[in-house]
Amino acid sequence: MSTLTQQDTFQGLFAAAPENFLSIRTLGKESFLSQGLPAVKAEEYKFTNLSKKLENAIKSFSPALSFEITDSQVKSALFDGFEGDVLVFVNGLFLPELSSSIEGIEVAKLSEKPEAALGSIAKASKDPFAALNQASFADGIFISVPKKANIEKPILLLSFNKENVGQVIQPRIWIEVGDFAEVTFLDQSISLNDSSYFINKVVEIKGGVNSQINYYRLQNESKNTIEVSNIETDIQKDAKFTSVNISLSGDMVRNNLSLNLLGSNSEGNMFGVYLLNGKTHVDNHTNVDHTIPHAESNELYKGILADQSRGVFNGKIFVRQDAQKTNAFQQNNNILLSEDAIVNTKPQLEIWADDVKCSHGCTVGQLDEEALFYLQARGIDKTSAKGLLLYAFAGEVLEKIEEESFRNHVVNLIQERLGSKF
Amino acid sequence: MSKDNQILEELTSKEYEHGWSVDYEADEAPAGLNEDIIRWISAKKEEPEWLLDWRLKAFRTWQNMSEPEWANVHYPKVDFQALKYYSAPKQAKKPKNLDEVDPELIAIYERLGISLNEQKRLQGIAVDAVLDSVSVATTFKDTLGKLGIIFCSFSEAVKEHPELVKKYLGSVVPMTDNYYAALNSAVFSDGSFCYIPKGVRCPMELSTYFRINAANTGQFERTLIVADESSYVSYLEGCTAPQRDENQLHAAVVEIYAASHAEVKYSTVQNWFPGDKEGKGGIFNFVTKRGICAGDHSKISWTQVETGSAVTWKYPSCILKGDYSIGEFYSVAVTNNYQQADTGTKMIHIGKNTKSRIVSKGISAGKSQNSYRGQVQVMKRADNARNFSQCDSLLMGDRCGAHTFPYIDINNPTAKVEHEATTSKIGEDQIFYCNQRGIATEDAVALIVNGYAKEVLNQLPMEFAVEAQKLLALTLEGSVG
Repeated sequence: MSTLTQQDTFQGLFAAAPENFLSIRTLGKESFLSQGLPAVKAEEYKFTNLSKKLENAIKSFSPALSFEITDSQVKSALFDGFEGDVLVFVNGLFLPELSSSIEGIEVAKLSEKPEAALGSIAKASKDPFAALNQASFADGIFISVPKKANIEKPILLLSFNKENVGQVIQPRIWIEVGDFAEVTFLDQSISLNDSSYFINKVVEIKGGVNSQINYYRLQNESKNTIEVSNIETDIQKDAKFTSVNISLSGDMVRNNLSLNLLGSNSEGNMFGVYLLNGKTHVDNHTNVDHTIPHAESNELYKGILADQSRGVFNGKIFVRQDAQKTNAFQQNNNILLSEDAIVNTKPQLEIWADDVKCSHGCTVGQLDEEALFYLQARGIDKTSAKGLLLYAFAGEVLEKIEEESFRNHVVNLIQERLGSKF
Repeated sequence: MSKDNQILEELTSKEYEHGWSVDYEADEAPAGLNEDIIRWISAKKEEPEWLLDWRLKAFRTWQNMSEPEWANVHYPKVDFQALKYYSAPKQAKKPKNLDEVDPELIAIYERLGISLNEQKRLQGIAVDAVLDSVSVATTFKDTLGKLGIIFCSFSEAVKEHPELVKKYLGSVVPMTDNYYAALNSAVFSDGSFCYIPKGVRCPMELSTYFRINAANTGQFERTLIVADESSYVSYLEGCTAPQRDENQLHAAVVEIYAASHAEVKYSTVQNWFPGDKEGKGGIFNFVTKRGICAGDHSKISWTQVETGSAVTWKYPSCILKGDYSIGEFYSVAVTNNYQQADTGTKMIHIGKNTKSRIVSKGISAGKSQNSYRGQVQVMKRADNARNFSQCDSLLMGDRCGAHTFPYIDINNPTAKVEHEATTSKIGEDQIFYCNQRGIATEDAVALIVNGYAKEVLNQLPMEFAVEAQKLLALTLEGSVG
């Protein structure tokens, strides 16, 4: 048995946990101890051996602490053309003094909001890392968008991470969006140093009737970051949730993205790009749960893998017995650019209702030689031609980002990467 | 009434037609599983020492294994100690030809519609009939023998061709492969053995027909097909069992070895007793089937029509080791009432320029659960590997389920792998169209389902295709509305 599964290793984390949310934390701790870290052959973590990774990189755990950051650091981290509000985090802890106060939205530290129903959406019993976070998170943020609020400007959740080996950053984010409200969140983390720390993030989003929520996320941290995130959303009738997840860097990254469609005529979209090189390992696990009739979900993930990188995709569509008239689509396409890159993909459907339209597809291949030749014949050198084709491949997902400045930022990063590296 | 309608009428009014059993004197092993039983079986079959050792080794490994639980099926645990591992019809002596076979046994097969009488057929299919634990008769032996083809029961092969059996037994499915394969390796009773020599194209379909008759027995047969260089064989397998209230276990192992330029086509129409409408009884079908394309340019093609069994757990697989080798998998799996099927394939691309194709059509009705579970793996050295998978599910009724678990693991940048799947129900417009033209709903469903499964049924040899089409209609009887 791995040493990490023993209680001692985590004692530091548990001991340092604040004394709020007691019953919730106890539940999380119990759930974590009963699950343990995923075993080598655990189906859900089959291709992503986080236990071993953590064991090798980190000897014992203690919580990450807050550190000083200046206003100018925040300003310089913003991308060109960004016009919106910023909520600043250091090592997962919310810093109200550097954050904008946003009109019409309630923002607070979680420690000031003991009534938050943490763990009611991202359930501790479903994932050991979610349970660990629930048991031992230091503090987090509470965001509430009131009914009918139409927040036009995007809200940037900007995290600065700087830690020594062995510290655990555990962001905890609770977002509730009222009926008929519209809001867009951007999520970006910036590494201030290169040591291998562990981020264990949980985001819970509760969407009301006819709410419209966009959650765009960019993962471009240091090459040594080990990250697990559990992002789970519940949406009600007529609501729409769109997630775009761009993964560009890290050591081992695992994203658990879950969406529960709880009301009819709701719509869920999950899009993603993973563009990896070096030894980066990114694992996207998505889960759409259709519990009611007449809902729709779309999913498109695209991967480009170079060097010794590894991309794992597991998309699960769950259609419950009552969820008749469901439409669910899922697609995963991958391009392998090197001999040592690996793709493991598993688009999974579990359907318990009969009157549904569900499809999934996945492909693994390489660039079209003919297209490459066509471009080269027109005087475009091979590197640029490749970059162009790869960009077009990823473009289908990138255009789903409706927030322009963020989209341009991501496009620039991707083009830069494709131009130089591939 | 037209003839077609008569046939339909006949089909739809039937339930499981092979549900009868016959009382004949049988030679049975006592219930229970231990080393003594294995020795007893081995002694009974007059097996050489090495085979007994092999069995015992498998048994010892099995004891340390635990039952797999990852499959998407639920069933009461099998009590391995309550089963009988050997049951053979009593015959005074080993029959030399068909005339000496007990007429009662021949009658059983006649009743199943399988003629063991060669004279009655001008040409056709060579059959190895397996009843419970032993092979009853093998037809057309002489004709095949002239070409150098060996087609006989497994126990006969052990006696007469020990060098071949020794060489290939366990070479594709090692005894330690999985829980049920290990169990089979320990207690397998009989099965078919087939060897096609170099450059021979087998002139007729070879076939094994399995029948479980005795109660409380498990059937553990083992089939081994070896196709030497540049040979070709098409192999059929059929199976039925009596209608009984308790579940019976069937844990078979099929191994196929294809040398370079050889081609093997393996077709199964699986019609074990599926249990009654309340889900009582039925066969647990836990089967390991695997073929290896060992030589370059070899080809293995699996076609299966799965309509029976209470629980099916079966993944006919291909290991594409030789360069330019091809693996194919065509499957129709139908589940009705309380049946559960977890079936699919594995295509392991090891050689360069290997190709595989997977077409899986699942149909679930009633309260059944149907899962496709497949894996396509492209190893690092398998340059230019190509795979296309399609797995569709058709749902009939709001209490059934269709699930897809495709694993795609690619470790080579030149691989081209595609997977697509759809799940839907029969369109109301399609049924309406048929109704308008005077086709009753139930017939329309049979028609649509047959059309849906055509791509796979077309792969079956003629005689099987007809049987399979009838089976499809029969299995889905009463599932509309």
